[in-house]
Amino acid sequence: MLQPTRRRALEREPWLAGYRPPAGGFDELLDEEGRVRPVWRQFAEGFAWLSEADLKQRMARGEQYLHDAGVFFRRHGAEGGGGRTWPFSPVPLILHERDWRGLADGLVRRAELLEAVAADLYGENRLVAEGLLPAGPVAAHPAWLRPLVGVRPASGHWLHFLAFDVARGPDGRWRVLRDRTDAPAGAGTALETRLATQRVFQELFRDSHVHRLAGFFRAFRDALGALDRVGGGRIGMLTAGPGGADYFEHAYLARYLGFMLFEGEDIAIENGAATIRTVAGPRPLGVVWRRLGAGMADPLELDESSGAGVPGLVSAIREGALATVNALGAGVLEDPALAPFLPGVAAFRGGPPAGAPEGWWATEASAAPFSTAPVWTAGALRPQPVTLRLFLARTAEGWRVMPGGYARLGDGVPARDRGSVADIWVVSDAPVPVDTMAARPSDAYVRPLAGTLPSRAADNLFWLGRYVERAEAAIRLLRALHLRMAETGARDNPLLASLRNYLRDLPLDADENVPQGLLRTLDSALVCASRVHDRFSIDGWTALRKLTEAAEALARTARAGDDTARIMTGLLHRLAGLSGLVHENMYRFTGWRFLTLGRELERASGTASALAHFADPDAPEGALDLAMEIGDCAMTYQRRYSLGTQRNMVVDLMVFDSMNPRSILFLLERMRSLIALLPGAETHGVMSPLARTALSAHAAIAVETPETVDSAALTALEERLDELSDLVSGAYLT
Amino acid sequence: MLYDIALRVRQHYDAPVAASRQTLRLLPPTLAGEQHVVAAAVTVSPPPAERRDRRDFFGNPAIDLAFGGAHEEVIYSLAARVGREVDPRFPPDTPLPAALAEDIAALRSLAPEAPHHFLAASPRLPEEPEFADYARAALPADAGAAEAVEAVGLALHRDMAFDADATEVDTPALEAFRRRRGVCQDFTHAMIACLRALGIPAGYVSGFLRTTPPPGRPRLQGADAMHAWARAWCGRKAGWVEYDPTNACLAGDGHVVVARGRDYSDVAPVKGVLRSAGSQTSRHEVTMTPVGEGVS
Repeated sequence: MLQPTRRRALEREPWLAGYRPPAGGFDELLDEEGRVRPVWRQFAEGFAWLSEADLKQRMARGEQYLHDAGVFFRRHGAEGGGGRTWPFSPVPLILHERDWRGLADGLVRRAELLEAVAADLYGENRLVAEGLLPAGPVAAHPAWLRPLVGVRPASGHWLHFLAFDVARGPDGRWRVLRDRTDAPAGAGTALETRLATQRVFQELFRDSHVHRLAGFFRAFRDALGALDRVGGGRIGMLTAGPGGADYFEHAYLARYLGFMLFEGEDIAIENGAATIRTVAGPRPLGVVWRRLGAGMADPLELDESSGAGVPGLVSAIREGALATVNALGAGVLEDPALAPFLPGVAAFRGGPPAGAPEGWWATEASAAPFSTAPVWTAGALRPQPVTLRLFLARTAEGWRVMPGGYARLGDGVPARDRGSVADIWVVSDAPVPVDTMAARPSDAYVRPLAGTLPSRAADNLFWLGRYVERAEAAIRLLRALHLRMAETGARDNPLLASLRNYLRDLPLDADENVPQGLLRTLDSALVCASRVHDRFSIDGWTALRKLTEAAEALARTARAGDDTARIMTGLLHRLAGLSGLVHENMYRFTGWRFLTLGRELERASGTASALAHFADPDAPEGALDLAMEIGDCAMTYQRRYSLGTQRNMVVDLMVFDSMNPRSILFLLERMRSLIALLPGAETHGVMSPLARTALSAHAAIAVETPETVDSAALTALEERLDELSDLVSGAYLT
Repeated sequence: MLYDIALRVRQHYDAPVAASRQTLRLLPPTLAGEQHVVAAAVTVSPPPAERRDRRDFFGNPAIDLAFGGAHEEVIYSLAARVGREVDPRFPPDTPLPAALAEDIAALRSLAPEAPHHFLAASPRLPEEPEFADYARAALPADAGAAEAVEAVGLALHRDMAFDADATEVDTPALEAFRRRRGVCQDFTHAMIACLRALGIPAGYVSGFLRTTPPPGRPRLQGADAMHAWARAWCGRKAGWVEYDPTNACLAGDGHVVVARGRDYSDVAPVKGVLRSAGSQTSRHEVTMTPVGEGVS
């Protein structure tokens, strides 16, 4: 492991020799004499042992992890394509568990005090009546929510999940800078930073007895589960949606904790109770971990301009039918104007318990200069002022403090977009238990619940299927166009003119080599995918995103003819990869059914439309070959018929052939069986209107023959499929 | 004076609405020493899937409604018989701003009537320096709180024109004030903003105004729809004073209170959230006639 003898003192290592904390301050790494503190020694010695090349590779690994996580979880197109809000600093901030425990004890007492203040401000208001809290600032604070006054939370508590920003002053004492009591952000950032840091310092992490985070998250998850009285274990995370700055974190956490990620429109209030809008109808919801500001939670009773909330949410809370974490209104505790009064409130409640560290009741936003900690820059460590974000969760055993969190290093101002973020290691002298989120053998087996696909998610999956298929059809058409342009070079060929006409209606501008219409379709697919982050394959999403980016980049350089034809072939290969990732790996349940239904419907409709145009008796010469090319069955045709292209044979293959997975009849059959498996497809033996329409569309084609299917019949089928799509929307998606 | 009040609000949607939730603040409450409700009822057509009657934070009667099935039109009707007996006067010797601030600070209460709620910015009334400048210019020297209320009310009545077409229900208060035109909501918001800028707690009152004036008196403006006026807290001794800037008078026997709050957002007669593609139109019809005087 570590070398017993060293060439020189740790402090003289080139990467540490220039580390000069400001005089008179407290430095986390070095003591007053400039020696590495005992708690950092193991890390520093291990660090010294890494070669420059090794270190570089490790740092790259951490960055890669964040980049991959970012590509998936961050908003499409935001922040320069998946960049973090703050740069990652791989060197963790190390605290000994003794030091951390003192800090944690203080925060727990503060949490208890804040809970008491919340209960009073929404209850009997004794603190104001006794003059311990001023009425003015409370009444003026937008987060003191009048509709919640007098409403006791269903969980019995106002606070369940808290964050605190703390810093250490020159005297080595910790101070609270900010209380985050409404919907504290950052737990996902802490998790993500931990995983990245772990990738950088794998062995060092393993050998340093670092307390794990999973136990904290599991305890919180279990505590939320215990609050549920109606939902049968469904915990909803309510987010403002992909437009919100913290959406990536919500999706990341929902996946990690196994919670359902909801936007406001996923939840409906019925008879004073909260329900999830699912494709199988409303399902009860008992607990919401709220990740949007309380004011936005209910446009009816709170901020009327909020488009993100759930109308009537407050009424469900008032009925005691829904536990929200934290309770709506807890944000008033963030008011800095109340902080000076907390020591008085604490004294009123009986004072700090014996042995409590002093200063836990005061908020000192101006406690600077903060202590300094190392940041890795330009091949050396440099001291930077540091603040910590720490997290607390209420569990069955009381408040629990996350043994970690993240440190912000920079100019000391806890503002966004400044400084960098590092992991916090709480280390023990002895080995710590290794913990994961996985259920322990002692845990009761919980059967996963079916039928809880939110309608909004189903809608996005359905349209994702349609858009991806639409893009594929467009790419095939564009490839066919450019191949022919390369072959003939002629513009006034009747086939090319017919193809251009067809493209115009889609609408795709054939004068653009990679038309904007295609880019828009791909972008729509991406938007749909981004809204089902919590239930869509990470690899599938990455593939779709890279495909879209590639198409956008190629649009700038593509030249007409052979070059564009090759570009389209490349895009087609990427799409095939995406389909493989999605359809091979996605769990075959309701979500997959909507995705597949969207794809089949779009494909059947596209084929019908293409045949109506290109297999029409009046179509120009070569149109039948074109139809087969865009239907991807030219090879089959050659093998089966081995003679010149004839209309009836093409129609037979593309409409009726049950062995051809792209034939319309094949697709209609599949759609029928998918629809039969959707909730409510049949009630007491009576088919739903959707199932009936699918059957009649199928029957209408099945009774035809290649001779009788003309362009009018194909156009009629297209209309029938549009109707089917509307019925899907009407039955499940609104 | 005893009145019969009839209100009909008809909301029409261009596209059928699948589901909607509404909160109505249409029912006048009994207010000790001011008004008593003999009978009052709100009916809704089509009948809602859910209906809950409750009181909101400020004590206003509120009705929560939820509609399930698709509908294109909703009609809310109020029928009420309400007695109102007040003899409004400007209270004498109200405190000057500094003394008023002391009065406010001495009140350790967050009860609905406490002035603390009415001093800071509220959802529809962010702090705007323009109101402060205007209010200070309108203020006579050494004005007490009540003198300030009258001075600001008279100034607004003088400078703003009543114009039912100039603003919409969601026009920001400052915009209406800058145009110096609007309806009772705009007059009232401007007055509240001005008074708050002077350190005087001020709030919003929605209500009804008698439709037909007493013999020999002019018909008041705003009588053909629900009306609004302002209230101001003029110190511990004087308490609340209600003033109607649209008509430049104290709210008297002819002003029946429906709801009180910080601004319009607290008392909106019909507040709704609906999922719909189209727009909506809303029509109000009001009659308020003294019992025994008008047609019934």
